[in-house]
Amino acid sequence: MCLAVPMRVVDINGSLALAELGGVRREISLELLPEARVGDHVIVHAGFAISRLEREEASAIMELLRGESPAPVS
Amino acid sequence: MNMDGFQDQTIARDLVQRIHFWARRIPRKVTIMEVCGTHTNSISGAGLRGLMPENVRLVSGPGCPVCVTPTSFLDMAISLARMPGVTIATFGDLVRVPSSKGSLEEAMADGCDVRVIYSPRDLLALGKELRGRRVVFLAIGFETTAPGVAATILESEKVGNILFLVGHKLIPPAIEALLSAEEVNLDGLILPGHVSAIIGQEPYGFVSERFGIPGVIAGFTPLDVLAAIAEILQQLVFGSPKVVNNYGRVVRPEGNPRAREVMASVFEPCDGVWRGLGEIRGSGLRLRPPWRDLDASRLVTEVVETVEPKGCRCGDVLKGLLDPPECPLFGLHCTPEGPRGPCMVSSEGACGAWYRNERIRGGLK
Ligand code: SF4
Repeated sequence: MCLAVPMRVVDINGSLALAELGGVRREISLELLPEARVGDHVIVHAGFAISRLEREEASAIMELLRGESPAPVS
Repeated sequence: MNMDGFQDQTIARDLVQRIHFWARRIPRKVTIMEVCGTHTNSISGAGLRGLMPENVRLVSGPGCPVCVTPTSFLDMAISLARMPGVTIATFGDLVRVPSSKGSLEEAMADGCDVRVIYSPRDLLALGKELRGRRVVFLAIGFETTAPGVAATILESEKVGNILFLVGHKLIPPAIEALLSAEEVNLDGLILPGHVSAIIGQEPYGFVSERFGIPGVIAGFTPLDVLAAIAEILQQLVFGSPKVVNNYGRVVRPEGNPRAREVMASVFEPCDGVWRGLGEIRGSGLRLRPPWRDLDASRLVTEVVETVEPKGCRCGDVLKGLLDPPECPLFGLHCTPEGPRGPCMVSSEGACGAWYRNERIRGGLK
């Protein structure tokens, strides 16, 4: 039930926003994430944006594979 | 090694190799628990159990809101559903869970008005549409869900006929209770990503500080889960348990303070009852005094004796003590079509996930 999906904010009107995922548009609430801006990718859970998705930041997996940790050989 | 389920098979293979590399350096059984229904599905759906070394066991914990909701809450929901002039609004997964007096689905067949909604915000329109009736929302879910419900409560006053049966639960106190339980022995935790998006990293500090085991906040792709497992095993090898955030693309260290503020303006912590875990101090939420008028439980005067579903071992499944196929009812008397317990009903329950994904793969022992 904590399932949440990333959506792109296309339009904002007060605390409501229009967000898009794969061509499907939905009205979402920005009540819990007032700092969201048009163009941001946000994580949406049950109709509410709860967090911004940092696109630039490399995922933890990529960091791990860049080899800071000792690389297993066998 | 079957890697069909992965978008990036090279990374998956590398991570699995790391997992085997570290596991070989741990001369004992290692049990790793995830505490989130979405992780349950990711592990089961991608067949991650089949990729684990002999000595690494993956178990599900109390991370499925529907599964941990006790029978007594459902009994109250059914009592409300049967009251004249009451419409129940709920997330879909709750509708088929058996209670002492049947399920909400059965109540619907008897003519009760039960509406499945996707977002608490749908309540505002529903309340307006059903003027003259009382709309009762079954408010369940963890820290991910409670802030949205709180925001809706702040708005619902305008509508006037919306009430709430509050069964929200908080994850850190449940983890603490679980780790303190004598029969439970865990070596590492995969921590729930979207709960963490709200509460941040700090509330999990006790996992490593008091219980000395690693905890990794993880995203939900099978690769995220594999990376979390590799991290946990590596920490165990080095004997340096700590809580780390591997889901930085979504989870800020401080979480979402605004969401917590909205949640705290409407709800206050109280003791909470969990299926399988019993009552846990400070693990529930209730309406703060200014909002108590909206509490639907005060409408219920009838006392129902709670009857737990007979033979169902959900309680042990939720503590990671039992793999679903070890329940004598699994697959024979309990299936997604004819469920005995919530862990089979919910799309996030461990029994349902095993049944859908791992029965055929040889999951049945
Ligand atoms: S298989 Fe069915 S009866 Fe057994 S623990 Fe799971 S939900 Fe309960």
